[in-house]
Amino acid sequence: MRALPVGDRALLVEVSTDEEAQALHADLLRRRAEGSLSVREIVPAARTVLLDGLDDPAGLAARLTTSKLPPAPARAQEVVEIPVRYDGPDLAAVAGHWDVSPREVARIHAAAEFRVAFCGFAPGFGYLTGLPARYGVPRHATPRTTVPAGSVGLAGPYTGVYPRSSPGGWQLIGTTDAVLWDHARVPAALLSPGTPVRFVPVES
Amino acid sequence: MTDRALAVVRAGALTTVQDQGRPGHAHLGVPRSGALDAPAAALVNRLVGNPAEAALLETTLNGCAVRPRSTVIVAVGGAPCPVTVDGRPAAWGAPVRVPAGSLLSVGTAVSGVRSYVGVSGGVAVEPVLGSRSTDLLSGLGPPPLTDGMVLPLGTPMAPHARVDVVPQPRPPAELVLRVTLGPRDDWFTTAAIHTLTTHPYRVSSASNRIGLRTEGPALERARPGELPSEGMVLGAIQVPPDGRPVVFLADHPTTGGYPVIAVVRPDDLPATAQAVPGTPVRFVQVGTRTR
Repeated sequence: MRALPVGDRALLVEVSTDEEAQALHADLLRRRAEGSLSVREIVPAARTVLLDGLDDPAGLAARLTTSKLPPAPARAQEVVEIPVRYDGPDLAAVAGHWDVSPREVARIHAAAEFRVAFCGFAPGFGYLTGLPARYGVPRHATPRTTVPAGSVGLAGPYTGVYPRSSPGGWQLIGTTDAVLWDHARVPAALLSPGTPVRFVPVES
Repeated sequence: MTDRALAVVRAGALTTVQDQGRPGHAHLGVPRSGALDAPAAALVNRLVGNPAEAALLETTLNGCAVRPRSTVIVAVGGAPCPVTVDGRPAAWGAPVRVPAGSLLSVGTAVSGVRSYVGVSGGVAVEPVLGSRSTDLLSGLGPPPLTDGMVLPLGTPMAPHARVDVVPQPRPPAELVLRVTLGPRDDWFTTAAIHTLTTHPYRVSSASNRIGLRTEGPALERARPGELPSEGMVLGAIQVPPDGRPVVFLADHPTTGGYPVIAVVRPDDLPATAQAVPGTPVRFVQVGTRTR
């Protein structure tokens, strides 16, 4: 683990694997909850956690890098189930990448246990990990100018669901009616970092 | 009961509702947003007797015109510009009484980019995650103003300030931005670090509330490839593949995959809100970080 200064008030804590990043994020949330860490934002990402709004980044960096990271706690959170019609325009292309039938893509995807590694790109957009590494797919070289809200896509090791219509380069394998983001709802985001997720196939 | 509202007569090039933004939700992909020139916004709120968190209008280059439906106190600050009430000149940078039904016109900026229009009671659109700010990246908050739109106003909490005029910083002829290197300065050549911190850049016309884009020499990467997405802070200087540094402003994305070569000191960011395209930019290295 290493802690890189980001300006005078933030730290970027970097680890080697996705699992370590998730364990680090859980540990930092625990420290904040018990009052031993005062910070405005804790932003997990692929291999890092950003801590923004710190009074003493150097002091915290020293404490973090000399302490041992406890393993991520067992999943206590309720699994969010997202119903999906596996009817996306890139389903056949993904089947080609995986060397299986489109029906098998749906079966493999719906059998995986996902977890929100981090959020970004748009409010409520989660980067979900859980597919075995061999199922990684490239992004489209040229993104679509419009991807409809509710599109379920793959890119690299991640699965994501578009909370609203936007441009996007992910390989679209399906569609959901689940509302990923509703700012009038509490909480507004259906998915937040750490949330366990399962995709449930429904007939189109 | 009076109708406390503001009718938009001329929306201007880009006028948005802003307050202190919605920090604390970056982990959900929600940008902080908020007034770009925060000290100017705080000042006009104080001038009209509003609390610091009241929402106001942020204009871009050519102002706006509004007609309050009840008598209000307004103050215009930030970028200096002509202010009129029913065509008669009124003070800039000071409290001005605008009678119900009169037309407040905020003119084209004489210098700078963004003027702030504070109104007694504040703009009272429905908050989203605790803020009324328009976020141009994610679309949260109210849409930018359009002609004919009506904005609700809150109830004034306190009398306005008793001043004729208050000093405000002039828009910068040159932006001097103090930077701390990192977190990804090691992704760039030593020559690139030297170029960033010694060579003049200019503000690009492609700048917006998301980022201050620059024109100047491209910064050369020491290593190819992509960085896994990581969290971004306000003032981060991200270097996209074209090599021209972009300073992240209030509506910046919460994560990004291009390396951040350095971070601008927060105190130097309000001036970026007022730097017109073509303004010279100097990035000055501070702090002890060496490589």
